[in-house]
Amino acid sequence: MSMPRDLKKRQKPTIPHFWERRQWMLGLFILIISLLLWRAVYLQVKNADFLLSQGNARYLRTLPIVAHRGMLMDRNGQLLAISTPVDSLWVNPVLFVTARSRWAELTNLLGLKISYLKALLENRMQREFVYIKRHLSPSVANQVTTLKLPGVFLRREYRRYYPTREISAHVLGFTNIDDKGQEGLELALNNFLMGVSGAKRVIQDKNGQVIANVESIRIPHPGQNIHLSIDRRLQYLVYRELKAAVLHSKARAGSVIILDVTSGEVLAMANQPAYNPNNRSELQGNLYRNRVVTDVFEPGSTIKPFTIVAALESGKYSPTTRVNTHPGRLRLGKYIVRDSRNYGTINVATIIKKSSNVGVSKIALSLPAKQLWQTLTQLGLGQISGSGFPGEVRGNLPHFSQWQSAQKASLSFGYGISVTVLQLARAYAAIANGGILPPIHFIKVKEGEKGHFQRIMQAKTARQVIKMLEAVVKKGGTGTLAQIRGFRVAGKTGTVRKHIAGGYSDREHLALFAGIVPASAPRLVMVVLIDMPQGKNYYGGKVAAPVFAKVMTGALRLLNIPPDKI
Amino acid sequence: MPTNRNNNHFLHLDKPLLLSLVLLSSLGLVVLYSASSQNFDLIMRQIMRILAGFVIMLGLAQINVQKIIRWVPWLYLIGIVLLVLVLIIGESSKGSQRWINLGLFRFQPSELMKLALPLMVAWYIAHKPVPPSYGRLFLALIIIVIPVFLVAKEPDLGTSLLIASSGLFVLLLSGMSWRLISGFFITSISCLPVLWYFMHDYQRRRVLTLLNPETDPLGAGYHIIQSKIAIGSGGFYGKGWLNGTQSQLQFLPERTTDFVFAVYSEEFGLLGILVLLCIYFFVLTRGMYIAMRAQDTFARLLAGSLILTFFVYIFVNIGMVIGLLPVVGLPLPLISYGGTSIVTLMAGFGLIMAVHTHRRLLEH
Repeated sequence: MSMPRDLKKRQKPTIPHFWERRQWMLGLFILIISLLLWRAVYLQVKNADFLLSQGNARYLRTLPIVAHRGMLMDRNGQLLAISTPVDSLWVNPVLFVTARSRWAELTNLLGLKISYLKALLENRMQREFVYIKRHLSPSVANQVTTLKLPGVFLRREYRRYYPTREISAHVLGFTNIDDKGQEGLELALNNFLMGVSGAKRVIQDKNGQVIANVESIRIPHPGQNIHLSIDRRLQYLVYRELKAAVLHSKARAGSVIILDVTSGEVLAMANQPAYNPNNRSELQGNLYRNRVVTDVFEPGSTIKPFTIVAALESGKYSPTTRVNTHPGRLRLGKYIVRDSRNYGTINVATIIKKSSNVGVSKIALSLPAKQLWQTLTQLGLGQISGSGFPGEVRGNLPHFSQWQSAQKASLSFGYGISVTVLQLARAYAAIANGGILPPIHFIKVKEGEKGHFQRIMQAKTARQVIKMLEAVVKKGGTGTLAQIRGFRVAGKTGTVRKHIAGGYSDREHLALFAGIVPASAPRLVMVVLIDMPQGKNYYGGKVAAPVFAKVMTGALRLLNIPPDKI
Repeated sequence: MPTNRNNNHFLHLDKPLLLSLVLLSSLGLVVLYSASSQNFDLIMRQIMRILAGFVIMLGLAQINVQKIIRWVPWLYLIGIVLLVLVLIIGESSKGSQRWINLGLFRFQPSELMKLALPLMVAWYIAHKPVPPSYGRLFLALIIIVIPVFLVAKEPDLGTSLLIASSGLFVLLLSGMSWRLISGFFITSISCLPVLWYFMHDYQRRRVLTLLNPETDPLGAGYHIIQSKIAIGSGGFYGKGWLNGTQSQLQFLPERTTDFVFAVYSEEFGLLGILVLLCIYFFVLTRGMYIAMRAQDTFARLLAGSLILTFFVYIFVNIGMVIGLLPVVGLPLPLISYGGTSIVTLMAGFGLIMAVHTHRRLLEH
């Protein structure tokens, strides 16, 4: 124990500065601790408000509350388009990479390739939100939750579902994945259907996980439910018969529309080919076209009744006025108008019944150009219908000041003018409606609601034309296949040679039928168009008229319309 | 054992120091409970470590410092060998090689060096009368540089800095002339650009980030920005225990380890910081008092150096969290979650207590 004592003796005086050093050290302590404190005061007192707001900005988030899109229903409340809640899968890449070894479990579940996932995330590692797959089926969504992968989240979204599938595809159109209308009535009515999403303030952690709801800022307003003018039952009927006819005649396409003549409501509207709006992957854009309003064609013989309307309205003609169609040919400059045979001298009613081109040409040539033009224009041919359907085209009716006599004649039997199926149907509805042109509605008309109705002709003229059109369907006319047991039918057939490069084709035709039923007190107008039917029977009376009969047999029964031919 | 009138030194413990250490580590547990989002397992592990630390402290406090003096050079040598070994066969994690696997547990030789180096330098300096001659100072510097270099090589900048300062503090306390100290200080300042040249890229980035964290708010600047926000949004009184949004919502990185001070500041505010710094200050002054009362050069230098190293811990960690210093991975002593550092710290306090409590024995 002597050594330490020696040390002590020797060393006690040998750190002469230690006391001084200690003071310096204490001074240093105080200095540095004050420095730290000063910094703390700087942050916590002087900058506290700024940093507090910065802090809040990091965890307080305003999130939208999704408002679901309104439903589309038919006139009887049957569902046509509904938004169903589904989950979409998204990831926070920063967290998701921590479970890289388990990615395969997720991709297997979703039916994706793991290379797809890698490629997707490669350039998005800095993001906090990346969609992996949207609109999962409920069972897959459930399985995803049970995987409990870090960084994988589900988001509630709404998916549009169309119970009637391709049957009403063209009328309704569809929405995109964000539930916005893209085509058809979904697009036209988008502003009404779309809800106003609400907003809420939430507390989120760094991983974007919502910890708590703080307050609701805005309540979401779901979109309006809309009753369309469509009758789902008629729509089924129309679609079925059109499809059968198109298949049977090996036609390229087809369109049908049924109008309520008194209100102008569209009760059914269908096209072939169609598509399933619930699964649009791998579909081409041209299938989406609603040909009823977007495609124009030369109406051919189906326009003849309107030439007759102009003639009757002029006062120069009555149904019994006789016209000489001999010899079944009419030379106009270098053009020749032909009938299928020589009908000789026949009256106006017979011209319609036999669909004599020479007859209507002669009548047209005897009328002032302006009057014929006015009648056709007022009937809405070559005019926008005002239905508001997206993509609707105007067609073409040249102004009468440019007409040559050959042109005037060809117009009278439906060449040199282009119209849509909708326009044609509406013009027939004007005749059916006692001479008053109805407005076109895709939304169910409420009781007492008045649209823009316009009288085009005298009621008497309309009655006379209907009578002539009835003869078309009767024995000896061109449209006998449009007959319906128990009902009086008025109608007009049309077989149009398609305009191709270099003139009119001998092989490519449009088969048309426009019909009105019941003829004694018209309720419905239907136009059928079959594009390029193959085989010998390409005539409107053979291909299109039977569709009318089949659909209307069912429609009249479904709508409880009493028979008028007993 | 003639403990005589000193109930104080029953078991050779320094009651004021012990009390403040218990206070600090309990405070640490409270903060950790919140910082870890009420992770009870983590708290239990930390309690086990603290207990182990206290046991080691108790053990070391029983040792008469004079009796271990002859083992000091061996301890230092073993430390150096282990540091070399760690570079060769050590285990890597997060890009640095710091651990030796001893089968039962992993061990960081740099932690041993935290104690071995001040012991060694104090032993060397105390061998001859103080203040030391230039030649001895030079040799002492070499003793310091070797382990510092080895640890920096791992790389572990924070610990090598800490080890360097623990050695340098011995020299400082040994009575180097002010001329030398200021000369040394000026030299090291002028060496900073050279140091810059030797730094790793990530270290340079940390320095640049400190100067302007907003340049890279999602990358290197993220830690500093988040930590400043957490501290600042605490305000004067803090948001209350378990109510710190930045930490509870996981915006704050490393919130149980290096950045625990930010959690503490957010939840307890300026008032809390004041209390914590007061406790730390008390520990420091008590340590300095013990060093001054020590009766031989070795003990005095050792105690002084250990307490100053403790101070460097505090300054570097809080300075980093509060945005005054670059990000250097040092824990906040006795508060941060983490194993070895707590045990080493407690061992250091054990040595300080040994210096203090064995003094009176010598007086008889």
